[in-house]
Amino acid sequence: MMVRVFVPRDTTAQAMGADEVADRLTAEADARGLEITLTRNGSRGLAWLEPLIEVETEAGRMAYGPVAVEDVADLLDAGLLEGTAEHPLAQGLTEAIPYLAHQQRLTFARIGVTDPLSIADYLAHDGFHGLETALTLDTQAIVDEVKTSGLRGRGGAAFPTGIKWQTVHDTPSDQKYIVCNADEGDSGTFADRLAMECDPYMLIEGMAIAGLAVGATQGYIYLRSEYPLAHRILDEAIERAEQAGYLGADIRGSGRRFDLEVRLGAGAYICGEETSLLESLEGKRGMVRYKPPLPAIEGLFGRPTVVNNVLSLAAIPYILAHGGQAYADYGMGRSRGTLALQLAGNVKRGGLVELAFGTTLRELMEDFGGGTFTERPLRAVQVGGPLCAYLPESQWDMPLDYETFAGVGAGIGHGGVVMFDDTVDMAQQARFSMEFCKVESCGKCTPCRIGSTRGVEVIDRILADQDRDANLELLDELCETMEDGSLCAMGGMTPFPVKSVMTHFPDDLQR
Amino acid sequence: MSAPAEWTPPLIQDEVDALKDKPGALLPILHAIQDRVGFIPDAAVPIIAESLGLTRAEVHGVISFYHHFRTARPGSHVVRICRAEACQAVGARALEAHAKASLEVDYHQTTRDQEITLEAVYCLGNCACGPSVCVDDRVHGRVTPETFDRLVDDLRTAPLEVK
Repeated sequence: MMVRVFVPRDTTAQAMGADEVADRLTAEADARGLEITLTRNGSRGLAWLEPLIEVETEAGRMAYGPVAVEDVADLLDAGLLEGTAEHPLAQGLTEAIPYLAHQQRLTFARIGVTDPLSIADYLAHDGFHGLETALTLDTQAIVDEVKTSGLRGRGGAAFPTGIKWQTVHDTPSDQKYIVCNADEGDSGTFADRLAMECDPYMLIEGMAIAGLAVGATQGYIYLRSEYPLAHRILDEAIERAEQAGYLGADIRGSGRRFDLEVRLGAGAYICGEETSLLESLEGKRGMVRYKPPLPAIEGLFGRPTVVNNVLSLAAIPYILAHGGQAYADYGMGRSRGTLALQLAGNVKRGGLVELAFGTTLRELMEDFGGGTFTERPLRAVQVGGPLCAYLPESQWDMPLDYETFAGVGAGIGHGGVVMFDDTVDMAQQARFSMEFCKVESCGKCTPCRIGSTRGVEVIDRILADQDRDANLELLDELCETMEDGSLCAMGGMTPFPVKSVMTHFPDDLQR
Repeated sequence: MSAPAEWTPPLIQDEVDALKDKPGALLPILHAIQDRVGFIPDAAVPIIAESLGLTRAEVHGVISFYHHFRTARPGSHVVRICRAEACQAVGARALEAHAKASLEVDYHQTTRDQEITLEAVYCLGNCACGPSVCVDDRVHGRVTPETFDRLVDDLRTAPLEVK
C-alpha cells in the first residue's frame, strides 16, 4: 500500500537537514521495497521540531521530529509508515501537538498542510475563495470589508489597511500599483518567509484582491535577496497562477487584469521603509522620500500605490472569504484579528505562533516557547525587531496589543520575539543597535547618518569608563535628537532599544 | 552553484538588453550580471549607463548603496554569517570571532587560497534555529564553531566537477 509521507521544504527545515532526510528516506524505502509517496510540504512553523516528518494514517497525520539523517532507518524499523507512536521522536498526531493546537491560525491555516506549489491543494483548503468572492463585489464593497476587519498594517506601523486602500481607490489615475513589502529584514522575524515559501498562493490571492479593490493592474513583490528559496517558489507559483487564470489579463473570465512580478532587493535593510522601497523598485538608491506626498497618492513611478506588508496582504483572502467581521471577532481594543508571533533567539521551542491579540509575552515565552534554549534564566526580550525596545521581566505581563506596547515606549513591529538569557551583555546590545543603524542608514538625514556613528562612539566611551556620567547624559540627548529629527523610523526608532537598556538594564552600562 | 562565467563586454550588453525595457530595470540588470559572473565589473558601469540613459555616477551610486552587490571577484564560495540579534542570543558573536580567526580574514575579504569570501548578513530568516550561516545559497542552522569548521573543510575538499 502506498503511504504518503511529508518532509518540509522551507528554509529552516532545509537548514536543519530536511533535504538529506528526504533523500535518505527515499533511498531506504527503495532498498526495503516499501512504496511511499513523498510530498515536500511547507513547514508547520514548529521550528524546533524541524525536520518534522509526517505520515498520513487513517487517524490523521502523525508527526516525528526533529529527525536526523541517522534516525531514518531506525524510524522505519519502528514502524514509521504505520504511524507508530513507539519511538522517541514520535510527537503523536500533528494537529494535537499543544504548540499547534493552542494557536488560532487564520492566516497560517494551510502552512505545512499543503504542497506549497499545488493549486489543487490550495483549492482544497479554502484557496481562492476570497478572490472568487471579490469578483462578485464592487470595488467599494471590497474596501469596506477590509475596513470592517479592522486589519492594521502588519509590517510594524499598524496603519489601518482599509483606509490606505480607500485613498488609492479614490485617487484617479491611468495606472495604479500594488506593492508587497517582502523585505523582511527585522531580526527574529520569519513569518513573511513562511507565508511565501509555504503558502505562496495566499499572497498572490491577497494581492489580486487588492488590485481589484483599488483598480490596480500591476503588482510587485519586493523580496529581500536573502530569501532565494522564497524567490524560486514565488516565481513558480506566479507562473502556475497565470496558467490557471488567477492572474493575468482576464482573471477567472471576469475581463479584469492583474499582473504580478517579483523584484529582488539587494541587502539594504532601509528598503523595508516604504518610500525607500519604492525608490529601489524604480531602480535607484534606496533613499527615503519626504512625506507627503503619501505613496497612496504619489507612489511608484508617481502613481497611486498600495504598499502593504506580506502579512497584511496574506490576511486578505480570509477576510474576503469569511467576511471582515469574522476577522474582527478576534483580538482586543483597536488591535483586531490575529498576530503572527515569531519566537526566536534563545528559545527552547522556537517557531511561528499565530494568536489573537491580547496574549501576554510571558504566556508566549513560557507556555509556547518553554523558556530558553540554554535552559538558563531569561533576562531580556526584544519584541518587534532591531528598532524596538528590550523588555525586562517587569513588562512581560503586558498583553500583546499595539496601544499597550506603545504606551510604554515599546513596539510590536512585525511580531518578532527575540529572547536572551542571563549571559547577555545589554551594553553590547545597545551598542549593536547604533552600529546597525550606522551600517543601514540611507544617509539622507543627519540625525540618523551621523547620530548613529556618534552613538557607537559615545557607548564605547561609556564602556571604557571615560567621563561615564557625562557621556550617559550625552547619549540620552543624542537619542532625543535622533528620535525627534530623523526622517523615518530607522533613525527615529534606533533610540528605543538604546534607551530601554539605559532605563531597564542600567547596571550593564556601569561595568 | 554553477561556476561563474568570464565576463566580456558583449556578455554584459546581452544581460542589459534582455532587461532594459522593464520599468525600474537597474536592479534586475545588476542582479543578472552578478548572478552570471559573480560580481559587477567596473567596465560594466559605462555599458549599463549608456543603455539606460543614466550617468555613470548614477549607476555607481546604486551599486555602492546596496550591500549585496560586489565589485571584485569573490572566492569560489561565499560564506555569510548572520550578525543579527536572534543569532547573537545563541552565540553568533563567538561564532563570528571564530570564523574570522580560523579563516584569517575579516568581513568582505577572501581567504588567501581564494576559496572563501566571508560576508556579514543581517538576518537569514532562520531565527528560531540560530546561529545561522549561509554557504553560497544554502542556509545552515544551529552552527557551532565545530560545525563551522566542518562546513569550511567540506567546501575546500569538494571534488571539482569535470565538464
